Amino acid sequence: MRIALFVTCLADTLFPAAAKATVRLLERLGHEVVFPPGQTCCGQMHINTGYQRDALPLVRRHVRTFAPYDVVVASSGSCVGSVRHQHATVARAAGEASLAARAEDVASRTYELSELLVDVLGVEDVGAWYPHRVTYHPTCHSLRMLRVGDKPLRLLRHVRGMELVELPDADQCCGFGGTFALKNAETSTAMLADKMRHVLDTGAEVCTAGDASCLMHIGGGLSRMDAGVRTVHLAEILAATEES
Amino acid sequence: MTRTFLGMPATAPRGVGNLRGDEPFPAAAHKALADDQLRRNLGHATGTIRRKSGAVVAELPDWQELRAAGSALKAATMARLPELLEQLEEKVTAAGGVVHWAADANEANRIVTDLVRATGQRRVIKVKSMATQEIGLNEALAEAGIAPVETDLAELIVQLGDDKPSHILVPAIHRNRAEIREIFLREMPGVDPGLTDDPATLAAAARRYLRETFLSTPVAVSGANFAVAETGTLVVLESEGNGRMCLTLPETLITVMGIEKVVPAWRDLEVFLQLLPRASTGERMNPYTSMWTGVTPGDGPQSFHLVLLDNGRTAVLADEVGRQALHCIRCSACLNVCPVYERTGGHAYGSVYPGPIGAVLSPQLTGVADNASLPYASSLCGACFDACPVRIDIPSLLVHLRNKAPHPRTERIAMAAAAYTMDHPALYTRAQHAAKLSGRLKHLPPPLNGWTASRDLPEPPAETFRDWWARR
Repeated sequence: MRIALFVTCLADTLFPAAAKATVRLLERLGHEVVFPPGQTCCGQMHINTGYQRDALPLVRRHVRTFAPYDVVVASSGSCVGSVRHQHATVARAAGEASLAARAEDVASRTYELSELLVDVLGVEDVGAWYPHRVTYHPTCHSLRMLRVGDKPLRLLRHVRGMELVELPDADQCCGFGGTFALKNAETSTAMLADKMRHVLDTGAEVCTAGDASCLMHIGGGLSRMDAGVRTVHLAEILAATEES
Repeated sequence: MTRTFLGMPATAPRGVGNLRGDEPFPAAAHKALADDQLRRNLGHATGTIRRKSGAVVAELPDWQELRAAGSALKAATMARLPELLEQLEEKVTAAGGVVHWAADANEANRIVTDLVRATGQRRVIKVKSMATQEIGLNEALAEAGIAPVETDLAELIVQLGDDKPSHILVPAIHRNRAEIREIFLREMPGVDPGLTDDPATLAAAARRYLRETFLSTPVAVSGANFAVAETGTLVVLESEGNGRMCLTLPETLITVMGIEKVVPAWRDLEVFLQLLPRASTGERMNPYTSMWTGVTPGDGPQSFHLVLLDNGRTAVLADEVGRQALHCIRCSACLNVCPVYERTGGHAYGSVYPGPIGAVLSPQLTGVADNASLPYASSLCGACFDACPVRIDIPSLLVHLRNKAPHPRTERIAMAAAAYTMDHPALYTRAQHAAKLSGRLKHLPPPLNGWTASRDLPEPPAETFRDWWARR
């Protein structure tokens, strides 16, 4: 299958390892990955911070860039959430009905990584090997916007050599919330403190998730407290093999 | 009598009363977050209600269908609110009640105060009511020399402690039993000085005090959970029975009700009486459901007044997206699942409506510009939407209101610059490289220092993804 990668601005700029892993994984599974060059950012930060009008050109750009592709994947629950649940709304609010229709069309072909693997490609065992003790944080937008359910866990359970430990109160928000982490930094930090406590309680070496932004938040906190727990994107675990 | 709905909705009066705080949410949250006792009380209490409600909600195989029905009924009601309110007025009047229309909190307070004055009484007993908290009725009555006595146990604790409610359902959720004992010892008339902090003993002390008050106060003030337009029937749900004492014993009953509380027909209650207790207190059936229609000679209050309160609601109704907030049935399920509420408590929101629903309702009632920090008091985690028994899409409403809120000038400039950069790939690539060159920053300048106060920034990678892809 020919799959267009929507890398997301965050992974492109700060967490390329997660995006490279997505490419490696899909190619290993026998698919062709293309990278539409005009892509930048889906505009989620602008929309969620109250700058919907500024986001309009970004929505237009995103729709134009990905319209030619049958299947689009992003390794981010919240960016796919924005494409699926916000782009058409932003277009409609600006009175652009045809853009809204095209945005809905692109959204219907856009998948978060675990959705693509399980629902579209029909694979749960991706042949990964990752000899570590890992706990999984299900990230709010994957869980409640996209309803990915246990798809990431089904993928993780097939990873060889890995010990998967359950995260207590897993469905609680880590406190990131985009600019919430800046505008309400102290409340965000209080939420993060509880998330980190639960991660540490598992005794895991690695905390994984399907969203680089939440991992940046949790990882930033763990690094500050020198906790010795690493954050690794789901794609990197699924891409890992004994040979790599 | 329909003047609330005359004129353009856009110029409908804005809400006044206890709907906004003295300081923005982050500043108020700062104080709450420093209070460890408060966080322990809240964490314990919300966790307990959350588990209880979750268990009884899970028992119903048709919970999602019930939610959809509740949502549809509310949407249909809002679509013809003026005509339903007129029908309600007609039916209540026909049944011997008197209907008053209050454009805002001040007018409602004046109406209620005048009605109490006319009875010659100096004290009223009160059923727990959000509408009267919203309009600040207790303060208005006190100013007129009339003593309001809250009869809901938690509201009584708040009142005696000269405190403010911090939760829609459990207004004293921020207090533990040791604190309640102290408040009772200090403020409750005739309390036993040997009072312990055993919950049953505390409840018994309140009961003794309230019984005496019930039997000697002939005027009561209540709110309403629902009002049935087709019959003119008012409905109050409560758990203690104290509400029923107020609704049946006095000679005069004055009910203050937000105009959005009307439902078209009796059969609609079938849906809401299933949704509300399970989402709210975690009970399968509500313990005390009182219903009355006007005045029944020889039975219950012989004088009944209904005050229909707008206080910003018509203005909310004018916003196609925002009007969903009026569907709220005040169950407080969204508060109990909210990670922000759990850590800051209700006072930080500055309004009698705290938590996720408060963050979308309060700014709409007052006008967003007057309450601009509340739509940002959420990480948009979405737990509130899942918990809401009438499916109010609170995260989308928060985003909608953020797009209507006034923004700080520097932020506006930064956001416009970021959007421009993101819309020009060459500029975007240059910005990426610049970020890499700056290396790993330890401390960011304001307003970004909130991040680096508690979190490290990631190490910039050796190359961006698109550079890697280009040389691949």
